[in-house]
Amino acid sequence: MTVIEDPLAPAAPTSEPRSHSAVYDWLASTEHTALGRRFIVTAFTFFLLGGVLALLMRLQLARPLGQLLGPDRYNQLFTTHGSTMMFLFAVPMMQGLGLYFVPLMVGARNLAFPRLASFAFWIYVFGGITLYFALLSNTGPDAGWFAYVPLAGPEHSPGKRVDVWAQLITFTELSALSVAVNLIVTTFKHKAPGLSLDRLPIFVWSSLVTSFMVLFAMPAIIVASSCLALDRLVGTHFFNPAEGGDALLWQHMFWFFGHPEVYIIFLPGLGMVSEIVVTASQRSLFGYVPVVLANVATAILAFGLWVHHMFATGLPQLGASFFTGASILIAIPTGVQFFCWIATLWGSRPKLNAPFAFILAFFVTFLIGGLTGVMLAAVPINVQVHDTFFVVAHLHYVLIGGAVFPLFGGLSHWFPKLTGRALSERLGLLSCALVFVGFNVAFFPQHLLGLRGMPRRIYSYLPETGWGFWNLISTLGAFTLGLGALVFLFNAARSLRSHSQAPADPWRGHSLEWAQSSPPPAAHEREIPVVESRYPLWIGALGRVTGLAADEQLVTRVVDAEPDHVLQVAEPSVMPFFTAIATAGLIIACLFTPWGLPAGLVFVSAALVVWFWPTDTRPGFETKQRLRVERSGGTR
Amino acid sequence: MTPLTAHSALEPAGPLASQILRLFWLYFDVSALVFTLVIAVLGLALGRKAEAGSERSEPSSSAQRGKRRVVIGATVATALTLLGLLVASVATGHAMAQLPASAPLRVQVIAHKWWWEFRYSVSGRATQFSTAYELHVPVGQPVELQLVATDVIHSFWVPSLSGKRDAIPGKHNVLLIRADRPGSYEGACAEYCGTEHANMRFLVIAEAKAQFAAWREHQLDPAPAPQTPLEQRGFQLFASSRCAACHTISGTDAFATVGPDLSHLASRTRLAMGTLANDPSHLQRWLEDPQRDKPGVQMPSTPLSADDQRALVAYLRSLR
Repeated sequence: MTVIEDPLAPAAPTSEPRSHSAVYDWLASTEHTALGRRFIVTAFTFFLLGGVLALLMRLQLARPLGQLLGPDRYNQLFTTHGSTMMFLFAVPMMQGLGLYFVPLMVGARNLAFPRLASFAFWIYVFGGITLYFALLSNTGPDAGWFAYVPLAGPEHSPGKRVDVWAQLITFTELSALSVAVNLIVTTFKHKAPGLSLDRLPIFVWSSLVTSFMVLFAMPAIIVASSCLALDRLVGTHFFNPAEGGDALLWQHMFWFFGHPEVYIIFLPGLGMVSEIVVTASQRSLFGYVPVVLANVATAILAFGLWVHHMFATGLPQLGASFFTGASILIAIPTGVQFFCWIATLWGSRPKLNAPFAFILAFFVTFLIGGLTGVMLAAVPINVQVHDTFFVVAHLHYVLIGGAVFPLFGGLSHWFPKLTGRALSERLGLLSCALVFVGFNVAFFPQHLLGLRGMPRRIYSYLPETGWGFWNLISTLGAFTLGLGALVFLFNAARSLRSHSQAPADPWRGHSLEWAQSSPPPAAHEREIPVVESRYPLWIGALGRVTGLAADEQLVTRVVDAEPDHVLQVAEPSVMPFFTAIATAGLIIACLFTPWGLPAGLVFVSAALVVWFWPTDTRPGFETKQRLRVERSGGTR
Repeated sequence: MTPLTAHSALEPAGPLASQILRLFWLYFDVSALVFTLVIAVLGLALGRKAEAGSERSEPSSSAQRGKRRVVIGATVATALTLLGLLVASVATGHAMAQLPASAPLRVQVIAHKWWWEFRYSVSGRATQFSTAYELHVPVGQPVELQLVATDVIHSFWVPSLSGKRDAIPGKHNVLLIRADRPGSYEGACAEYCGTEHANMRFLVIAEAKAQFAAWREHQLDPAPAPQTPLEQRGFQLFASSRCAACHTISGTDAFATVGPDLSHLASRTRLAMGTLANDPSHLQRWLEDPQRDKPGVQMPSTPLSADDQRALVAYLRSLR
């Protein structure tokens, strides 16, 4: 047992719990589990909505000259589908899982900035509601999720549709940045003692790496969408070639964000793959350091290949070759991860349960997506298949393969921890089979359609094209995929209604979240563990930190995670909610008038003043003296 | 060689599309091999009997060393394969840029929402002419396409002839193509350009040099004058109604350039950028209500009596 300092101070004063209504408590909650769960449930809802839009599009395309939707409606649907899946499903879902699991996996009581996370959630929800309200009132954005100018500019997209898109970006970027700084600081400063950087679970690493990517990628799109909003709202000419603006400038700024966005979405997915592979094989990960470095390398390279979205714009050949090289290079770190997973699994005889089945589906689909990605890196092939259904197939193999299959695996893996209930294995395997078969039937034929000349984003095609057959097959596959998602949802709903309590550690997990009950206790009841290995629940024994008051959070050093000081956890507050309302008001007002900005700022500033009004003067550093860090405190 | 009708990257009819397809098959073969290998090794990994008896045992250190060698070997092999593919890609790109451009035919390609205009200038003659939907080219001769856009970004794509190239407002792009087989090659706008992006097709017609020259001479001629009384009435309707506010018919007072040049409309195979067959009944259907088949198109419907309609159709059908 190691004592840092003598326990001098008395137990910290515990604040009297004030009684509030249930609604107030719900709005004010700063528990990372509650916030993470809200993100996950909301993101899954948007996943289903985006899926419904996709099925409507597939119905329209099932036959030549489809009559279900006109071009105006179709263009709104595919724009909203893409924007939903990128901004309202994939990123918030991965970040929500991060909010829920990163504190648990690093042995923290709560996030570094739980109120900021609450603000992020409400901003995200308000953004999503704005988009769907616009879509339902026939004001859905219709210039594509990439909003290329001049099509998205004031001359060619009058009305509010593209403004809604630009403001959706503002909402989701605010939210994503707020969560990213939260996850970075939580990982760096709130790790349990002994959980040094080289012991972090791979999911935490991937979440850390993607959070940094968010910090670097989002400013590009914020600048771009602000310039677009200025062009549209106050008549600037950033993108108007007739007045000295540049249409390609938009594409550079958009893809400088847009390409890293892909990795922001699937790197956490790969992190989940690592966790589930380790759990299924009951082995330590083969090549922990190479896998971590592969994550970092992917994150860096991701910022150097945006131009492969622009090969058809007529850029100089030498520059294009550079981006071909960079795009091909990024396959190496991903390959390294594949090899390490297979080496981990080699001869380990993993049990085929639902989480692992989704990971097997991931292996097949993501591999195909990666290989077609290498094809797209080659300029000659790229200019042939760019903007065709070949790319539609490729991107869904990468994003559904690399993010959604691991996500379904991760949700199955962590469901007991999230809810305290176990999922049915049989229904889990059934949903996996349906999603896997449906997915491949839906998207594999689209490679062929693209090669046979079918461009993307067309609402209709002629019978003479011969595209009808594979489009019909693709539609049937899409509905099978949808059915699989419903079975997954049914499985979850059925488990939630059951009364069987899930054990704390159903899979013999290795990382700290499995040391907590299912679902985990509230932050203030949580014990801070002390860690001695990379697989704390397998190797060595857990110690514990004592002397921490109920409302305190331990702060440790970045690299070696030795205790540094103690901070008071932010109290629950409704101010993040009200600040989010004020911010949403500002953003929505800016749809109509530039005066929305100064007027809205008054309310936002007022809300922030109340939010940050100092209420507690207890110094953080002195309390460290009460801490005891007990190492090797008995067996697990 | 028999004429070909194609709109597929898998059926190349020119050197560029052929070179791209060869590179594609190389990438495809390598990808298929890699896929098979990885999945096979994954299968082996899962199917192998447990390395040790007890649960959750770590493999021996010698087994770990062996794995390390294999993983490093696989990574090096991946890197070398990718390097090979990169070299193949750059070499193909280089070869494609070497397409001999001696005495190319120059055609200006002007992309509009939502139609393609092809403007030909004939050297030594002051006149030029403009067509829509159909781009005629001589077989075997390089054609230099000068791509411009008047409104938003479009992308010129004929999969059987070459990869695509964007037409961007404020920018001049050039695409060199060559058709080595006579035939009709369908093209489409590949960059999403708004409401009627789907109905922005075009057709490249590659024909023997003599045939092409004859076609060009014919296009240079002024539009045929109306002959029958019905056609004459149709012409009067055209000239006096709003048709003439947007369209050109050479040799008449209609010289507006908002919509396609109709001087030789009847010589084209399809209407409305390929949306409808070019025959009297479809032409009449189109004139009645363009929004029916191409919702969002900028052409308004033309309310005419049945007789007037017949006259207008007869006149437009005479514009061979």
